[in-house]
Amino acid sequence: MTMTDDTTGVLGQRMLRREDPALLTGEAKYTADLPIPGALHLAVLRSPYARARIVSVDTSAAASMPGVTAVFSGADLAEAWAGPMPCAWPVTDDMKSPTHYPLAVGQANYVGDGVACVLATSASAARDALDAIDVEYEPLEAVIDLEDALSDRVVIHDEIGTNRSYTWDLKIEESEGDVDRAFADAAYSVKERYIQQRLIPAAMEPRAVAAIPQPFGGDMTLYSSTQVPHILKVMTALTLGIPEHQLRVVAPAVGGGFGSKLNVYAEELLCAALAQRTGSPVRWAETRSEGNQATIHGRGQIQDIELAADADGRLTAVRVRLIGDMGAYLQLVTPGVPLLGAFLYAGVYELPKTYDFSCTSVFTNMTPTDAYRGAGRPEATYAIERAMDSLAAEVGVDPLELRRRNFIPTASYPYEAMTGLVYDSGDHDKAATLAAEMIDYAGVRARQETQNVPGATKRLGIGVSTYFEMCGLAPSRVLASLNYGAGGWEAATVRVLPTNKIQVVTGTAPHGQGHETAWSMIVAEKMGVSPDDVDVLHSDTAIAPLGLDTYGSRSLSVGGVAIAMACDKVVDKAKQIAAHQLEANPDDLEFSGGEFRVAGSPDRAMPLAAVAFEAFTAHNLPDGLEPNLEAHTTYDPPNFSWPFGTHMCLVEVDTETGEVEVLRYVAVDDCGNQVNPLIVDGQVHGGVIQGLAQALYEEAVYDADGNLQTSTLAEYLVPAASDVPSIETGHTITPSPTNQLGVKGIGEAGTIASTPAVINAIVDALSGLGVRDVPMPASPNTVWRAINEAQGGQQ
Amino acid sequence: MIPAAFDYVRAGSAAEAIDLIGQYGDEAKFLAGGHSLVPAMKLRLAQPTVLVDIGRVADLSYIREDGDQIAIGALTRHMDVENSPVLAEHVPLLAHAAGHVGDPQVRHRGTIGGSLAHADPASDLPATTLALGATYVAQGPNGTREIAAADFYHGYFTSALAPDEMLTEIRVPKMGGAGWSFQKFNRRAQDWAIVGVAAWQRGSECGVGLVNMASTPVLASSVASAVAGGASAADAAEAAAAEADPQADLNASVDYRVHLAKVLTRRALEASAG
Repeated sequence: MTMTDDTTGVLGQRMLRREDPALLTGEAKYTADLPIPGALHLAVLRSPYARARIVSVDTSAAASMPGVTAVFSGADLAEAWAGPMPCAWPVTDDMKSPTHYPLAVGQANYVGDGVACVLATSASAARDALDAIDVEYEPLEAVIDLEDALSDRVVIHDEIGTNRSYTWDLKIEESEGDVDRAFADAAYSVKERYIQQRLIPAAMEPRAVAAIPQPFGGDMTLYSSTQVPHILKVMTALTLGIPEHQLRVVAPAVGGGFGSKLNVYAEELLCAALAQRTGSPVRWAETRSEGNQATIHGRGQIQDIELAADADGRLTAVRVRLIGDMGAYLQLVTPGVPLLGAFLYAGVYELPKTYDFSCTSVFTNMTPTDAYRGAGRPEATYAIERAMDSLAAEVGVDPLELRRRNFIPTASYPYEAMTGLVYDSGDHDKAATLAAEMIDYAGVRARQETQNVPGATKRLGIGVSTYFEMCGLAPSRVLASLNYGAGGWEAATVRVLPTNKIQVVTGTAPHGQGHETAWSMIVAEKMGVSPDDVDVLHSDTAIAPLGLDTYGSRSLSVGGVAIAMACDKVVDKAKQIAAHQLEANPDDLEFSGGEFRVAGSPDRAMPLAAVAFEAFTAHNLPDGLEPNLEAHTTYDPPNFSWPFGTHMCLVEVDTETGEVEVLRYVAVDDCGNQVNPLIVDGQVHGGVIQGLAQALYEEAVYDADGNLQTSTLAEYLVPAASDVPSIETGHTITPSPTNQLGVKGIGEAGTIASTPAVINAIVDALSGLGVRDVPMPASPNTVWRAINEAQGGQQ
Repeated sequence: MIPAAFDYVRAGSAAEAIDLIGQYGDEAKFLAGGHSLVPAMKLRLAQPTVLVDIGRVADLSYIREDGDQIAIGALTRHMDVENSPVLAEHVPLLAHAAGHVGDPQVRHRGTIGGSLAHADPASDLPATTLALGATYVAQGPNGTREIAAADFYHGYFTSALAPDEMLTEIRVPKMGGAGWSFQKFNRRAQDWAIVGVAAWQRGSECGVGLVNMASTPVLASSVASAVAGGASAADAAEAAAAEADPQADLNASVDYRVHLAKVLTRRALEASAG
């Protein structure tokens, strides 16, 4: 299937997204927009201390305030839970996980930890009542620094007796000691420490929840701004003890997630439990500063990486030691995030079986971390791509040349990496060459010669980042080997209605990705109909009961492929009906352009529309064939998908102020065949900006006592349109051989590639001043300090 | 976000607004554009019990020539200051600085009087009007009085205004063709300045105001003296922080702020030199 070369087909067209008119006019309904008569409003009182014993909670004054119907402390609700809040990824058998309830009982463990809650007839009455709850706290020493946490000097959770959650190793050697020998024999080696700062996902739509008890019998509908309605249904049922078949979860319009809505949150469980208890609908909408505190954070790692190389600069060993910041508790997949990067610290480079990775993850008194756009893979890519620049400096070759020397050769694909994972397809040299041409790499190097002279205050730098992304989560058996608590399949149903309109039911849960557009294009291509004739149903467990939702760049390469496979099944059945009607052998029928034709007899044909109506009336079907055209597929991918590419960033650094200006940004991404290049570009643009934001702007800052200093968007610097460069996108197309569409994920690639490209560019600009590294975010103050320190304070 | 409960009254004139504020006392606040007060209320950092809305006092929105000064009504929106042909001709530094306040949404709602009365040292217009030698007109129950910008700012969010006084007019001397420069340094276009410098020069005369370099906007008199004494821009800029007392925050350490003030002052002097 060569979709992008076939300009007459639907696939590969830059179709505008059908989702956008409702979003752009404000007509789309988000959870907080839903009119729910009689709903009670939930407000949550949050701990102002990073760690404190809850001595007492007096709710009486709050309970008597106007409009307030109930007030609960954590202790009041302790019996409401059938189980603690779920963590679905016990990465090791001895992983430690403190008990975590929607409201803290006995001890609060981060600023923002829920301590009590109010139900009231209005949101303002609920909010006002929070101020009347009298909580006596005994403040305890907080643990903020990761290495301090590791020392167990102060143990946060008495029940587990240590701050260490787990240590997870991945050591790959032909024989014991290979890694040590490679380092001993190395012609060159580098050892670097990088800090992945904490990030706040800051989705455009804050979280919101509404739980609505249905009349009679105990059924419940839970609306939530979630990217995982199916997972949320299972976990809510287990945590609340509601029989799963009595629970329906709906994700209405959802305004972004970036992983932050890949979770099961206290407020979802509180709304459901209190709706059950009161018999009234209960709703909640997050404020932005609540979101900064109580929605998961991303990243949060200390990375120590060592590379060994031979005399040509070819990698001979990689050693990585991570400390992962779990925050106060384990959320849904918190402990697994570092593992998603564990296989990628050799990047797109050939490495023998000399790989030594170990991650120890610790609890701290900060907001729990979890998956955030890229989840583990941006961290890994950052470390290897920054370290490759250090190695290039050590070897004395250009960073791009060093990468070329190490690229996995195109001819080796599919390539079995030293980890045992098989990379499906790749052509790194092609992507790097295109990126270098687009940004005029050689020309930039020449300009640097004249611009970056001694005394120059505007220095030019170019940064390169080449990446591989392990996405399309995921083959269920591989997930099993990583102790993940679920599979990685996706479900699809394709249903042809009597009038030849097509319904697609998908288990993916779009929250900005454009699945309705993209899935309709896949079906249109497969079935020979217009995309406008295809309706995509999703994100409601009553309509789409089976699914594993949207995260990990999985929706197209798993969910989209499932749809294509279901289309094939429908066509096969339709072919039997058409053959019966045309009095032909099914094997002699061809299907294209929405019509069945008898091979060699062009006058004998039957359009799908006619077959659909025959299938519906069932007046004249082949013996034994069931009426209607409908097929279901559950697809478990045989492999991850492995998008790759090269990004290059051109910056100018003002050495007087430390200000970094991004002059150009070139992104060459290869995600295999593209269903809709417009959506691909959009994903790359957003992803690059999000990664650039980590490099230059964003950081969740805590003080030594565990107070979040960036609790509003005035302090947490999400860049706006005027603060970021235009993105120049280029693409190479290397189809994936593992699925029939030849597609790979693209949702996270921009984020994965861009952060190291930006920092590499800054360090490149300042290398003549002796700067070897700049911590993130590279704020003007930070860059200025790095220059000062490199100059021995002489700046 | 939900502010604490408050009462709301709307005034039709400055006199009525002052009456109302007198009636409700210390816990009442004037509401003009609301772009500083309302965010503080939503975070419950400010909890006034009454808001006296002066946003529709139409006769306080104007920009007009008055001899060798330009008079600007306190309720003139930033966008109107930015785009005023009168200011473009006579006080281009102020028009330009107004174009750097917040973002377009803020500039369409926020007012010059509200910004000055809020007395945030990180705001652009207090330091700019200070550099220009502006005079503010305040109206109270006993009539009006003029307050020099240099005497107006007492500390973070505190000014010479009495609780029952309202800023009604800003009087700015015409710049008479002076060169000028506004250097705003920040990380995102919409943000407050990490450090800002507003400067004008005419011959050996100059005025330099610093944004976010102390608990009040700062008039960098030592720079002006150095320029008057014939110092080069670079040498004069070395004195930029002489009157300043900057604090550290998430964006800048104290030494970095001092350094930035010098760099930006030098650039402003270079750019505004004849």
